[in-house]
Amino acid sequence: MKFLCVECDRQMGFAERELPGDGTLAAVFTCPACNRQVAMLTNPMETQLVASLGVKIGGRTLPEQPMELLRSSMAGGRADAFADAPPAGKVHPSWDAAAKERLERVPAFVRGMVQRIYADYAAEQGIAVITPDMMDQARHELGLEGM
Amino acid sequence: MKRLRTYHEVTGDDRSDLGSQVAAQHARVGSRLAEVRRVVAVMSGKGGVGKSFVTAGLAEALARAGRATGVLDGDLHGPTAARMLGAVPGCLEVGEDGVSPAIAPGGVRVMSSDLLLAEGAPLRWREPGQFRHVWRGTLESGMLREFLADVRWGVLDVLLVDLPPGTDRLDALVELLPRPPGVVVVTIPSEASFRSVRRALATARDSSVPVLGVIENMAGYRCEGCSAFRPLFQGDAGERLAREAGAPLLARVPFDPRVQGAADAGTLAASADALAGAAQALLSRLEDP
Repeated sequence: MKFLCVECDRQMGFAERELPGDGTLAAVFTCPACNRQVAMLTNPMETQLVASLGVKIGGRTLPEQPMELLRSSMAGGRADAFADAPPAGKVHPSWDAAAKERLERVPAFVRGMVQRIYADYAAEQGIAVITPDMMDQARHELGLEGM
Repeated sequence: MKRLRTYHEVTGDDRSDLGSQVAAQHARVGSRLAEVRRVVAVMSGKGGVGKSFVTAGLAEALARAGRATGVLDGDLHGPTAARMLGAVPGCLEVGEDGVSPAIAPGGVRVMSSDLLLAEGAPLRWREPGQFRHVWRGTLESGMLREFLADVRWGVLDVLLVDLPPGTDRLDALVELLPRPPGVVVVTIPSEASFRSVRRALATARDSSVPVLGVIENMAGYRCEGCSAFRPLFQGDAGERLAREAGAPLLARVPFDPRVQGAADAGTLAASADALAGAAQALLSRLEDP
């Protein structure tokens, strides 16, 4: 899909994606000429239809994780189904207590994948300690649906 | 109102480009399966004919014959093949390049929803509660795709896919694979099974999927008292289906409660013996150019 600023006849650029946590999605687009912004708001059914395909509105911001769709969508998974090891050779940042607590609230079935994504983000940004604020920032920038 | 330019007239990037994202998912399947020589779907139009038993027994027999073998349990809602092979749920290692399959005692690599779901839990999705039927099929196809693309299958001679009863999952599988699989069709001798399984043959034919052979399961039993061989069902569905498909009847496998009990317990020696002939015949078909 593309968004066109009718006034300027210019294609609007993707600016950000927000997931308020109620099953809906907001994607913001900006006109490069007049800076006007529009938000595309999808209801839970529309959001789910796209999510079921394992694709991302606005494009992917990080590579698809192994079994990403299954792990983020399946209910009733075994807590110990997966053992996620940090990638070999990479030094990963530490987690402060509040970030750890927040991570513990993520369902065990998907926790390892979420942990890896946040850790990779922090490493790429040169962040030494993962905090809840950093998690919010990553969630916002990476569009981590349901994570 | 001025005329709006169309999608194609607006030439800038489509960052979402959902079509390309889906194409990339399919490309990952092709890339993963580049080291898998043949994918063989085990299917039947009918439930209760013993597809998973046949799949597990074939896999074990193929492994014994020295072939690197994998089993993908495509029966997402009623998975049984993994435990028949003796693969038990445990931590599956996840790396950047995928998820390691479970390794059954006989060396068969296995992936199944049974290894992922909590004991006794049905397959459910975390989705809004209304109109679930709209996307359930899409999610299940996605799960099948991830089983194909995200499992570190490695180099395999044969990847057996145990399909659920019915015919629709074969269509999903064919669309996901870079080239058509072969199909082994399982039936029991009865007329009812013949009618049902015939539909599976038609689906395979419509999808240009070659039928490698037919296996007739529960083809009689041996009386423990007098050792006489007696029929369990009336009919000759196996032979008739093979004739109709123009494919060999790979095996007629008698019902043996001891073999079935051992398979349920994850001990496959007896079922591998029962399916050894079928596995050899299947290999001949696979290696026949």
